[in-house]
Amino acid sequence: MSAQGTDGDTDAGAALPKTPRDYLPLLLPVALALAALPFVPSTSTWVTLTIAGLAMGMMIFVMASGLTLIFGLMDVLNFGHGAFIAIGAYMATLVLIPLAAWMQADSVWLNLAAVVPAVLFAMAVTGALGLAFERIVIMPVYGQHLKQILITMGGMIVAEQMLYAFFGPQQIPLPLPTSLRGSFQFGEAAIEKYRVVCVLVGLAVFLAMLAILNRSKIGLLIRAGVENTEMVEALGYRITRLFVGVFMAGSALAGLGGVMWALYREQVNAAMGGELLVLVFIVVIIGGLGSVTGCFIGALLVALATNYAGFLVPKLALVTDILLMVAVLLWRPRGLYPVTSR
Amino acid sequence: MTSRFMPLSGDPPRSRALSIALILIVLALALAPFLFPGAKPLNVAAKVCIFIALAASYDLLLGYTGVVSFAHTMFYGIGSYGIAISLYSLGARWDAIGLGLLVALPTAALLALVIGLFSLRVQTIFFAMITLAVASAFAVLASQLSWLTGGEDGRSFRVPELLQPGTVYIPRDVLGVAVTGRTLTYYIVFASCVVLFLLLLRVVNSPFGRVLQAIRENPFRAEALGYRTVMHRILANCIAAAAAAAVGALNALWLRYTGPDTSLSFSIMLDILLIVVIGGMGTMYGAIIGGTLYVLAQNYLQALMGTVSTAAGEAGIPILPQLFHPDRWLLWLGVLFVLSVYFFPAGIVGKLRGGPG
Repeated sequence: MSAQGTDGDTDAGAALPKTPRDYLPLLLPVALALAALPFVPSTSTWVTLTIAGLAMGMMIFVMASGLTLIFGLMDVLNFGHGAFIAIGAYMATLVLIPLAAWMQADSVWLNLAAVVPAVLFAMAVTGALGLAFERIVIMPVYGQHLKQILITMGGMIVAEQMLYAFFGPQQIPLPLPTSLRGSFQFGEAAIEKYRVVCVLVGLAVFLAMLAILNRSKIGLLIRAGVENTEMVEALGYRITRLFVGVFMAGSALAGLGGVMWALYREQVNAAMGGELLVLVFIVVIIGGLGSVTGCFIGALLVALATNYAGFLVPKLALVTDILLMVAVLLWRPRGLYPVTSR
Repeated sequence: MTSRFMPLSGDPPRSRALSIALILIVLALALAPFLFPGAKPLNVAAKVCIFIALAASYDLLLGYTGVVSFAHTMFYGIGSYGIAISLYSLGARWDAIGLGLLVALPTAALLALVIGLFSLRVQTIFFAMITLAVASAFAVLASQLSWLTGGEDGRSFRVPELLQPGTVYIPRDVLGVAVTGRTLTYYIVFASCVVLFLLLLRVVNSPFGRVLQAIRENPFRAEALGYRTVMHRILANCIAAAAAAAVGALNALWLRYTGPDTSLSFSIMLDILLIVVIGGMGTMYGAIIGGTLYVLAQNYLQALMGTVSTAAGEAGIPILPQLFHPDRWLLWLGVLFVLSVYFFPAGIVGKLRGGPG
């Protein structure tokens, strides 16, 4: 996303050598999927596993994209991001459990009438919390990494404990709406409907982010802010507003990811934030801190590897994330697409 | 000057109130089996020793090197499991303890080296993330590989006969207290923690420690002066890891048990962070003050929380009983932690020394 050549004056623009685009990492998920093919006994199983991996990857991407965007622009690594994921999921239960009748109804529209408000509510709450978190908790410690890590980690613990206090330690079941249950059959391969929905939502988020970042004025400012915050300020833009906006968007995306994950697992518990935070970190490290495309590829890689390993060597699935991360870092110590030199 | 015996490595507390507090704590810990007879107080005292040494080893990273690691409990766990597995499979023998230490300490240092090589050469924020990921993977592994670690149940084991509570050395003679194998174990824990602490104090006051502080203050400048910042950080990480593993071994020896909850849980990581921050980062003595206060609070305030919770429940106040439930201990720790990072960055030792903050 930062590899664009600038074209101001046409002559100078022509003279500037274009940064070569780096397509190699894009091939990794494909290569991983193809490499797994010979080991899986039947092609239909492979299709099922791959689709499951893609769906999981998309969900992780939705959660992780916010974190990486926030880091890229603001140089803030939010260890509290996991809390937003869990809060998003809990907020969805607040809407979905009273509307359980609509969820179980055999009508796509009634199902949607329950799910859409739940998603919007979750995103609104996490977005608003993101605003408060940025203003109150993070603002005093801009530019101090050590304190940021400590404080956001503290915030994460407090938020998780508050969830325990308000919602109790038990798991809250959250069944999928009727129209998203079951699976499509393609020959022998069974593909769960909800996974297809996840892939579509994830792709939509990814494309929308790319479009906003690369084609809009706000995106231009964000990219400029990633490169050089002070220069953007000097040109008369209020970088703090941009910060707040990006932080809210990132938190809302975490909320969306939380809802998607909760429906995928069909249950919600307070510990999910911490567990997913680790996964999200691994994805962001693999992708390169701050890079949305890298984060997308990283999420797909981690999810695909976990799914294949879970099927082939279940014990290995416990550490595939870490092994994958080590392998990527051996190849590119800053991740697939490092954005800033910070 | 150099030939003089300097247990404090030329880094005294530099505050009268602090010195008095430290002397009182060390004296209380040294005489704990006779001052506070009974199983629970002795447990608390041993835990204080263990947490002081553990927090001191973490302070080397957080306070002196300026990097945040979330894998300190992993190294602590490696030490605990090293002793536990070796005593469990070889039986209650002294050489089993030696073997456990001989395997666990280098393992911890080596793992720290590998993690450091991967993450510290990029930036410290990377290190925080990677340690968190590796530590959580390690915790999952420890609870899954049950043939080796005992899984969620952990491993209970027998210690050598000299250390068993049934071994009585002096029956009810010393101030009315019997000196048993348990007393001896306590003094092994206490003495080892004192030695570890003094060693760590030596490390941070050595030329190497000075370079670490320079890196903490300004890595770019330290590098420009010709110090290899990455190697220094990695070495500090290895020393801290080995020290944490040693403390973990002491903990296992004291508890005669090792399991995920006592050695690997994330709440221990939070305990260490809180102790170091409250005591004062980059002071070493902060670990003593913070560790003592923290363990005392944990053992005696948690009961108070339960009382408040029940009282609030009986008074019919809606959410308070849940907020003050003893299981929500971490909530208040978290709040305290955030507040102290904001308003109290120099910690208790910083306050007593009259520095800024």
